[in-house]
Amino acid sequence: MHRSITVTVNGQSRTAEVEPRMLLVYFLREVLDLRGVHVGCDTTSCGVCAVLLDGVPVKSCTMFAVQADGRSLTTVEGLASNGQKHAVQEGFKEEHGLQCGFCTPAMMLVASALLEENANPSESEIRWAISGNLCRCTGYQNIVKAVQHAAATLNPQPASGRTT
Amino acid sequence: MAVTDTSPGWLGKSIKRKEDDRFIAGRGNYIEDINLPAMLHMAILRSPYAHARINGIDASAASALPGVVAVVTGELLAQHKLAWMPTLSGDTQAVLATDKVRFQGQEVACVIAEDRYVAHDALELIEVDYEPLPAVVDPFAALDDGAPLIRDDKDGQTDNRIYHWEAGDAEATERAFAEADRVVTVNTHYPRSHPAPLECCGCVADVNPASSRATIYMTSQAPHAIRTVFALVAGLPEQNIQVISPDIGGGFGNKVPVYPGYVVATAASLLIGRPVKWIEDRTGNLISTGFARDFHMKGELALTNDGRMLGLRVKMLSDQGYAYADAQPSKLKAGLFHIVTGSYDMPAAHVITDGAYTNKAPGGVAYRCSFRVTEASFLIERLVQSAAYDLGIDPVELRRKNFIRSDQFPYTSATGFVYDSGDYEGALDLALEKARYSELRAEQAELRKEGKLIGIGIASMTEALGAGPSRDYDILGIKMFDSAELRVHPTGKAILKLGVRHQGQGHETTFAQIVAHELGIPPDDILVHEGDTDNTPYGLGTYASRSTPVAGAAAAMVARKLRDKSKKIAAHLLEVAEEDLEWEIGKFSVKGAPDRSKTIQEIAFAAYTDHPPGMEAGLEGAHYYDPPNLTFPFATYIVVVEVDAETGEWKPRQVVAVDDCGVRINPMIVEGQIMGGLTEGFAMSAMQQITFDEDGNCIGANFMDYLLPTAWETPHFDLYETCTPSPHHPIGCKGVGESATVGSPAAFVNAVVDAVAHLGVRDVDMPVTSGAVWEAIQAVKGTG
Amino acid sequence: MFPSQFEYLAPTTLEEALSLLAEHAEDAKVLAGGQSLIPLMKLRFAAPAMIIDINGVPGLSHLQEDRRGRGYLRVGALVRNAALERSELLKSRYPTMAAAAPLISDPLVRNQGTLVGSLVHADPQGDWGSVLLALEGEVVAKSTSGERRIPATSFFDGPFTTVLRSDELAVEARVPAPGPRSFGTYLKLERKVGDFATVGVAVSVSTERGVVTRAGIGLTGVGPANIKAVDAEQALVGHRLTGKAIQQAAHLAAAASEPRSDVRGSADYKREVVRVYVARGLHQAFDAKAA
Ligand SMILES: Cc1cc2nc3c(=O)[nH]c(=O)nc-3n(C[C@H](O)[C@H](O)[C@H](O)COP(=O)(O)OP(=O)(O)OC[C@H]3O[C@@H](n4cnc5c(N)ncnc54)[C@H](O)[C@@H]3O)c2cc1C
Ligand code: FES
Ligand code: FES
Repeated sequence: MHRSITVTVNGQSRTAEVEPRMLLVYFLREVLDLRGVHVGCDTTSCGVCAVLLDGVPVKSCTMFAVQADGRSLTTVEGLASNGQKHAVQEGFKEEHGLQCGFCTPAMMLVASALLEENANPSESEIRWAISGNLCRCTGYQNIVKAVQHAAATLNPQPASGRTT
Repeated sequence: MAVTDTSPGWLGKSIKRKEDDRFIAGRGNYIEDINLPAMLHMAILRSPYAHARINGIDASAASALPGVVAVVTGELLAQHKLAWMPTLSGDTQAVLATDKVRFQGQEVACVIAEDRYVAHDALELIEVDYEPLPAVVDPFAALDDGAPLIRDDKDGQTDNRIYHWEAGDAEATERAFAEADRVVTVNTHYPRSHPAPLECCGCVADVNPASSRATIYMTSQAPHAIRTVFALVAGLPEQNIQVISPDIGGGFGNKVPVYPGYVVATAASLLIGRPVKWIEDRTGNLISTGFARDFHMKGELALTNDGRMLGLRVKMLSDQGYAYADAQPSKLKAGLFHIVTGSYDMPAAHVITDGAYTNKAPGGVAYRCSFRVTEASFLIERLVQSAAYDLGIDPVELRRKNFIRSDQFPYTSATGFVYDSGDYEGALDLALEKARYSELRAEQAELRKEGKLIGIGIASMTEALGAGPSRDYDILGIKMFDSAELRVHPTGKAILKLGVRHQGQGHETTFAQIVAHELGIPPDDILVHEGDTDNTPYGLGTYASRSTPVAGAAAAMVARKLRDKSKKIAAHLLEVAEEDLEWEIGKFSVKGAPDRSKTIQEIAFAAYTDHPPGMEAGLEGAHYYDPPNLTFPFATYIVVVEVDAETGEWKPRQVVAVDDCGVRINPMIVEGQIMGGLTEGFAMSAMQQITFDEDGNCIGANFMDYLLPTAWETPHFDLYETCTPSPHHPIGCKGVGESATVGSPAAFVNAVVDAVAHLGVRDVDMPVTSGAVWEAIQAVKGTG
Repeated sequence: MFPSQFEYLAPTTLEEALSLLAEHAEDAKVLAGGQSLIPLMKLRFAAPAMIIDINGVPGLSHLQEDRRGRGYLRVGALVRNAALERSELLKSRYPTMAAAAPLISDPLVRNQGTLVGSLVHADPQGDWGSVLLALEGEVVAKSTSGERRIPATSFFDGPFTTVLRSDELAVEARVPAPGPRSFGTYLKLERKVGDFATVGVAVSVSTERGVVTRAGIGLTGVGPANIKAVDAEQALVGHRLTGKAIQQAAHLAAAASEPRSDVRGSADYKREVVRVYVARGLHQAFDAKAA
């Protein structure tokens, strides 16, 4: 019944035996002990389970772990590097982009993927990109600001009006 | 638009949240993250019928499945007298059904297994012999003679009526109506909804057979109250129960009551002697726990022709489901619904409320709401707008004319509330200015000529919260005070322990700020600890916007107690009399000799190393705060919507919120609360509802049907504030966590109605779907 | 959230996939994007004994135009909705599809879900079915016994059922290339992002010298399957896109719908939305100078 899979998670190769019916989200949480990924619904609606699959955000509750064999995953635990918070993490704290924190890891991952693609997204581009992720606490406005904050950190605009 | 406060001290400062670091690292510690050695997993079998007799349950195949440890049924629980439990309103509710199931989704049996997959496999093997009975879905029909009796288990219960409760003065109100030039009526249903925090409920129950100690980790907004209920229900000695509420992924009232899942998991752990984990799925969450609202309301407003309000008459029927399980003060059958006179100087009011049993889930939780103020606020603000149209007066002017004036506070309302403070015109004026109200009206008129529709909706809400003075407010007899314990360690760092439990409101930061403000210890040096009944003082919990009004006051008061002691220590250290000392935040200095001073840190050290002879060592204390009154925050919300005349589709174009919650401890966090609240208000007005078909089948027990808005639909908010401190709160706060959820639904609905009011539309029930708007327009087309 | 047990097979060639399908046709389900199948399995509404995951099969990810003959668009079975949403080819040449793609589910689900999977799933509220009906597309099905091309008009066989045999793999969808003066759009009434359509309307029109030569109208969510509003289409062909012609087509499309009342709205309401949306779609076509 079980199958051996090898997945690169946050840069590290991990091998495990899993039952095919194990959803990716439970593989991450229970086999790899990565608890930043959450479960919030039964119908693929809420997105608190989002992780990056080869850099692309997907709902890990709607994928079997066996499907991730040979692929690369990023979870919230992989956002920071060398003890340094990711700009998105900074942004969420600075702009009060979280309250209960339950949606936050997924939101930040989706935001980081957006910023890879679009260094300077507008408010409506951000709202569109996170529209597969529910947040029940913040009303989203500060999440938008958090992403903009991160964009400004990652991609500082030259100060306007200055000539060189 | 937070106003940056540069005054000394820690109030009014938007410092970043102390709790955020663990959440952004993915290191929150939610219920699902708790795993104990040898832990078992529980899954719940639910009833497919709304009303049916249970003739038998055959769990033999399920029990035989490898990996299944036990199948728990109502019959087994009955042997331990645990098949029924009390609700927070003094009714009873089944833990697992024995005789009948009374709503679709009711808990019928639980499987305890080695893992969750096996537990769910076993559910499919349990055979239940149901004999379907006619379901009672409509609460009005429930009260008809001959309606099927739902609670035939209760001695003396001969019909489906739960309560009848009145407030105000019937006679005075009749007189007011007799004198009125006009009576305006609004009939409306505040739909059944659900708080639906993104984390569902769950628990890990660990009853140690050797020590008889029960450690129960659970998603609870009120761990102390839950422990007491558990002690009473299960007959366990209270000191042997430890309830730990870890990080909570949102609550909004959903996580106040005791649910069957908690009880069965605890009972199973007790019987089996191993920890048992139960994590609710979303369907279970929406179908069985903590519904809210579901009030059928008829409001009548008596007015003079020139727009003076004379009286208010309200008749309300509450659809309670099969058990009366409202989480609310026990003396008040419909909570604080009688705040329904709102922001208006209403000479007379009379409120009649009834509760009915139906074949639906029990609950009646205060969903982001101080016990039914939400329904009340909605009704009065809808009535005011309807009255304005009928009288041909601008809704703004009608409000202005009838507001309780600033010089009338403290104001005693016709239903008996004593409003603490307010400046309703101030908030309204600011909102009008920011929304550019008069320009909007002109634009609306212009656009109508082109066949385009915009609507402007206003709500000037006042709510009552911070329960409460213990003489009036208790839950099952436990008074609604709250508490704080503060200990300053020798190095000047402190730990503050509270009886409440936050779920994202930022207590770890704001309550540290309160103590920082009172004592001068920086917030970073203060650890705020909540949610562990062994290690925090008794309190009633976080809901109904009561944490800052009650526990926040307790925090300020205990800090003041420590400051008093510090003064004695400082006098001793500086060798002066106490009267010669003056306090500025963080230190005592000798009057006239400011360089002779002792900082709070020095004093704390001395409290353990050099305290005055005869004085107890240490610097710690506790305070149980019993508020003298409720607090009465208020707000004006203005919403502008665009409506598609052909399809009824609508969307908000602008949302202006002016909130007055008294003193703001951390404006950033306050604004976060307001934006979250506005979003839930929008959700309520536009999409949230749980409905049932005629057989009582629940439509909407998942997020494909019970809709929560995404960032895409949710409008942008413009926030402003006025500040009218509460005169009786130690630091002038009023509470704000729910204001926008309470007040804004009426603004959204008023806006949509306003867009089509010229066609003759007066009312659209929530949720205001595009179809509902279209139907409303069709309905008046025929008559117009 | 805890699906029943199943056996998992992950073929790495098309031949392998087809022979597995031939062998296990009755017990197996194909897994493409998984965004319809896995939710059903999680709720145990579906419990296939075997899953054949085609995501490792090469040669199914093409999104390209074949210019031979009249030309047609080829959408491979593993082309994700997100790729369709971003495709410049769709934006410039297949506007109905370009308009529909971003309205399907939500961004994360679009990163996984496929157009072909959606067609096979045949949800009456699915959007791609009506788009393919309007555009007169077809599905290419392969099995060990050969290949067949099934026109969209005969592909759907009622709610959640198609004429695809259980040993067949749908390998691609095809859409005829538009004529030189063509326009189309997709309008969808949804209550929020991620919601299925209350009403969806796919419109596509080609004209020559101002006269409609081909019209396609597909309807979502207003019947037991996606509907091709044939009467409305025929009423347009041979006429100019005048206001009157548009109104008439819109009425005929509304008449072709078979909506049911539910929490999303009454049958009357949905029929009216069909009428309004068809008219709006056609007006947009007119404005886009397809006329
Ligand atoms: C939250 C949410 C919202 C959604 N909203 C919408 C919406 O608004 N509109 C809409 O149209 N859809 C919507 N969907 C459905 C989504 O677009 C699906 O992805 C799509 O319908 C199915 O594609 P898939 O690749 O995921 O198929 P799968 O789930 O992998 O398969 C679906 C079915 O088709 C079969 N199948 C798949 N591919 C093949 C093949 N190549 N050959 C033979 N059989 C095959 C499978 O066996 C299965 O029976 C939504 C889904 C979710 C979760
Ligand atoms: S858990 Fe809700 S979408 Fe994955
Ligand atoms: S912060 Fe609570 S759900 Fe987003």
